[in-house]
Order: sequence, then C-alpha cells, then structure tokens
Amino acid sequence: MTTPMVKAEGVHKSFGAAHILKGIDLEVAPREVFCLIGPSGSGKSTFLRCINHLEKINAGRLSVDGELVGYRQKGDKLYELKDSEVALQRRDIGMVFQRFNLFPHMTAIENVMEAPIQVKGETKAVARARAEKLLDRVGLSDKAGNYPTQLSGGQQQRVAIARALAMEPKLMLFDEPTSALDPELVGDVLDVMRGLAEDGMTMIVVTHEMGFAREVGDALVFMDDGVVVESGHPRDVLTDPQHDRTKSFLSKVL
Amino acid sequence: MTDKFDRTPAGSPAGPVSVSKGATPAPENIKAIPVRHVGRWISGVVVIGLLVALGYAFSQGNIQWHAVGDKLFDKNVVAGAGRTLLISVLAMVLGVILGVVLAVMRLSKNPVTSWVAWLYIWFFRGTPVYVQLLLWFNLALIFPVLNIPFIYKDEMTDVMTPFMCALLGLALNEAAYMAEICRAGIQSVDEGQTEASHALGMTQGKTMRRVVLPQALRVIIPPTGNEFINMLKTSSLVYAVTYNELLRSTSQIGSTSYAVMEMLFVASIWYIVMTSVFSVGQYYLERRFARGSLRSLPLTPWQRVKVNLAAFGNRPSGGVSA
Ligand SMILES: Nc1ncnc2c1ncn2[C@@H]1O[C@H](COP(=O)(O)OP(=O)(O)OP(=O)(O)O)[C@@H](O)[C@H]1O
Ligand SMILES: [Mg+2]
Repeated sequence: MTTPMVKAEGVHKSFGAAHILKGIDLEVAPREVFCLIGPSGSGKSTFLRCINHLEKINAGRLSVDGELVGYRQKGDKLYELKDSEVALQRRDIGMVFQRFNLFPHMTAIENVMEAPIQVKGETKAVARARAEKLLDRVGLSDKAGNYPTQLSGGQQQRVAIARALAMEPKLMLFDEPTSALDPELVGDVLDVMRGLAEDGMTMIVVTHEMGFAREVGDALVFMDDGVVVESGHPRDVLTDPQHDRTKSFLSKVL
Repeated sequence: MTDKFDRTPAGSPAGPVSVSKGATPAPENIKAIPVRHVGRWISGVVVIGLLVALGYAFSQGNIQWHAVGDKLFDKNVVAGAGRTLLISVLAMVLGVILGVVLAVMRLSKNPVTSWVAWLYIWFFRGTPVYVQLLLWFNLALIFPVLNIPFIYKDEMTDVMTPFMCALLGLALNEAAYMAEICRAGIQSVDEGQTEASHALGMTQGKTMRRVVLPQALRVIIPPTGNEFINMLKTSSLVYAVTYNELLRSTSQIGSTSYAVMEMLFVASIWYIVMTSVFSVGQYYLERRFARGSLRSLPLTPWQRVKVNLAAFGNRPSGGVSA
C-alpha cells in the first residue's frame, strides 16, 4: 500500500468558541485530484489551511506524505515544530488562493522566482530559467515583466499557479481559484489546472465548478457544518447523491 | 489677450476646397462676455499691497542687508549648515533603523519584546526632545564613568561629546515616532501577503523583509519624509548641547557682530533651502515606491516639460509605464 499524500483523522478546529471542523476523516492518494465542495462557511478553506499549517488543528492527526503537519512525534509525545521547520514542510505544498495574493511590488516573473531564490537558495539564473518555462506553461510568457496590477484576474491567478509550481511541490492546494474571476476568464485557469492533473500532480481543489469536478476529479467530498457528509467518485456523488443535505446543496448550485 | 473668436474651426482644411454649395455654413462662434472674477482681482490687489507694505517695513527696519549677503556663505555658516545636515541624516538613519526594529518588536507575538517596545515608545514620545537632549548632556552628573565590564571604560564626558549627545538625543526620540509610523505601515499590508509568503515556505523573517516591509514602505515613506524635514528643523535644538550646527554657528557670528537679526535671516535661508531640496527628493522617492500600486505612474514635472516640448515637434507621447 502506498502512503496517502494527505491523511486526516478526526481533525478538529475551533476559533475561540466557534467549533468549525468537527472531526474530518479523509485520505488523498498520490496523483489524485481531490475535490472539496460544500456551502459557504462549512469549513472548506479552514481545512485546506490546516493542511499547510496556516491554521493549527486542535485535535486529531493530519499528515502529508506520511509526515505529521506542524508536529514531531517522539514515543507517544507530540512536539511542536519551530517556525523554520514548519517553513521546511510548506516548501512541498503549493497553495493557490481565491484572491491570488500575488506580491504587488514584484513583476510576474519576479513573483515566480522569489521563493526558489529565498527558500531554496537557487541562483537567479536557474530560478529565472524555470520561471520562464512556467510562465510559458500557463500561457503568459509575454507578460513576464508586468506587475500584478497590469494583469487581468485570470492572468494573475495563472501567475499565482506558476509561483506555487516553482517550488516543485508534491501537493497543490486550490482554494476556490476561479470564484473571484469573470466568467470568461475562468476557462484559462481551469485549463492550466487540467494540464497539471494530466501531469499527475496531486491536487486538492475547493471549488464551485461542478463541471471541472466531474470531468477532472478522481474523488469528491461534500462538506457541511464541519463534517464530511458524503464522499465518492465525482460522477456518482454529483449525479446520484445519497444524503438529503448533499441533494439540497447540489440542487442549488447545479 | 485676444477677444477675437473668428478662427476657422479646427480640422477644416486650410486651402480653398470644392465644397458643395448646399453645405451648412460654419456655425458662428459664441460671443459672450465672460464672467468677471471680481473677487480674484480684489484679493490679488490686497495681497500685493500687503507684500509691498511688508517689504517696505523691512527696508525701513534697522537691518544691514549687505550683512546677510556677506555672511550667507561665511565658512563657519557653511560648516554649520553641513553639521546640521550631517546630524539630521545620521539621526534619521539611526531613528529609522531603530524604529523598524521597535515596530517589529511591538507587533511580535513575544509579550516581553512587545512590552519593551511599548515602554520605549511611551517614554520617548512622552517627554520633550529638548529635555531628552539635556538629559544626555548631563549624564555625567550621575554616571561620571561609563563602564561596560571587560569591554569599555571611559570618562562619561569623553564619550558624551556634543556630537554624541545630539545624535543620541535626536535619533532615540525619532525612533519612537518612526516605530509608530512603521507599525501602521506594516499593519496596512494585506494579511493574504503574509499567508502567500508562508505558504511558499518563506520564514517569518524572510516574509517580513522580502514581502511585508517593501509594501509597507509605500505607506511609511511619505510621513518619513515629513519626519526628516521636521528633523532638519528640530536639529536646531541641539544648540542646547553645544553642538555647532547651523543655528549655533550663525548665532555666534550674530552676537559678536551685533547682527543678530541678520544672522537669523541667514539661518532661515539655509533651512528653507535644505527643506525645499529634500521635499523634491521626497517626491521622487514616493514615486519610486508607488511601483506596482498604480498601473502607470504619473509624469514627473520634468517629464511633463519634455512631453510639452516634444508636442511642439508633433511627436505624440504617453505616460511612462510603471
Ligand atoms: N481566523 C478565523 N477566526 C475566526 N473565525 C474564522 C476564522 N477563519 C474562519 N472562520 C470561520 O470559520 C467558518 C468556516 O470558514 P471557511 O472559510 O473555512 O468556510 P468555507 O467553507 O471556505 O466558506 P466559503 O465557501 O465562503 O469560502 C466561518 O464561519 C468563518 O467565519
Ligand atoms: Mg473558503
């Protein structure tokens, strides 16, 4: 049996008194495109942010590629990782945000080069060569010198994907990558993601694009109110949901 | 001024062209009497009158104008202006560095560092800089000897030269103000930036240096420019610690040559020249750090002149891209 890329066992997360994740169990296999759907406020983003330790979980276990996220286990004791050790873990996990979060003071190519230079200590030349290749891959080689404000939303999001890929991650997290985009720009971003999936990247995608989930997804989970309500193959869940909550949600979004 | 409005409409061909007889004649331009801005004229006359009166008063005052001209480039005056500039720049640089450190400490999750920074800011903002300067100046009264075990030992009066008093007094006070400016700047940067940086595997320190601070600068620089211009003027207070800056060097000439007022004019001219020069510098600095926040930067005054000149040669030109 191969190690799952992501394994969550009884993951709980609260913000103060607000209990957001109420015991999430799931497994993501390597090279799998794993889609996460659910109503607003159900905790999808929160769960995604737990995977790269932007949020600390309160209970349960969460591991990426067999390694606990944010902790080290010795015997039966857990030790919190230092800031630098957490940073080391995050290198291998790329993340793409709903609002792009490109660095506005850097050009597109500088955005892509930044992390390899700062984190991996790559030389500028090596980082630039890879960045050029990645920008070409997302169809933006002619926009390398543009600042983010000089790019459309769809172009910004594709630069953001290239930026995450520059670290050569083994897992990519997408948090509603197309919901801040005008409808005609969504396609370009989805195409890039489709290409990534074909190349065998492991991806967890929070999305409202049911078409994408059905077409590209290998697994799909419906979350509501901090728990996994239903999971299975996207085709099955989307066409023949078993739970009432899934049914009522899908009837609203499809 | 011309009051004729009979130019041919723009775009109409110059030479005689065959125009069909039935074409509508060019519309007659409106002939109207423009609104009279009486208020502007009155206010202009009043201001000119006041200026003339002021000029007359000064010309009648007991002022030796030639002394102002003579002493403007006196070598002691120039040296004083140089020291004013030196102490202001050094104090500012030190103040900014310490201010950034304090701001980061203040925002740190570590309660001890945050509290230390708070205490520092509380003290240095809460007391007048003049008092702080005198405190440094008189430090020898309570610590005659500066003794850092195994590292350094000297008479306090040897360490606390007028220059050191002036520098420490101005810089440490400035740091408190800069800390608050930097804190506001850092907090103005969107949280998504920090998250994106962390998600890429950048550490807290790298995130601060490479992502947050460069963006905070856009917010930090304008008030910092004001702080520096203030510093140029506040530095006149180091008179009190006998540092020979502009005001002190001019006043010394003034009291020995009985040209007190004249020498104050000399000092004023130097101060106003220095602050004006730095205001221009600030404009260009702010422009540079607006990169990435605007789609295209507005033209500088100089570029506008060039564009206007080029327009005479009919060469079109647009904005400069950021
Ligand atoms: N840092 C935080 N502090 C307090 N509450 C938070 C925090 N982050 C998220 N929450 C709360 O957690 C709940 C789940 O948020 P989350 O962003 O995970 O939802 P979501 O499923 O991603 O929704 P959406 O589809 O709108 O993005 C929300 O009620 C939100 O208010
Ligand atoms: Mg969300």
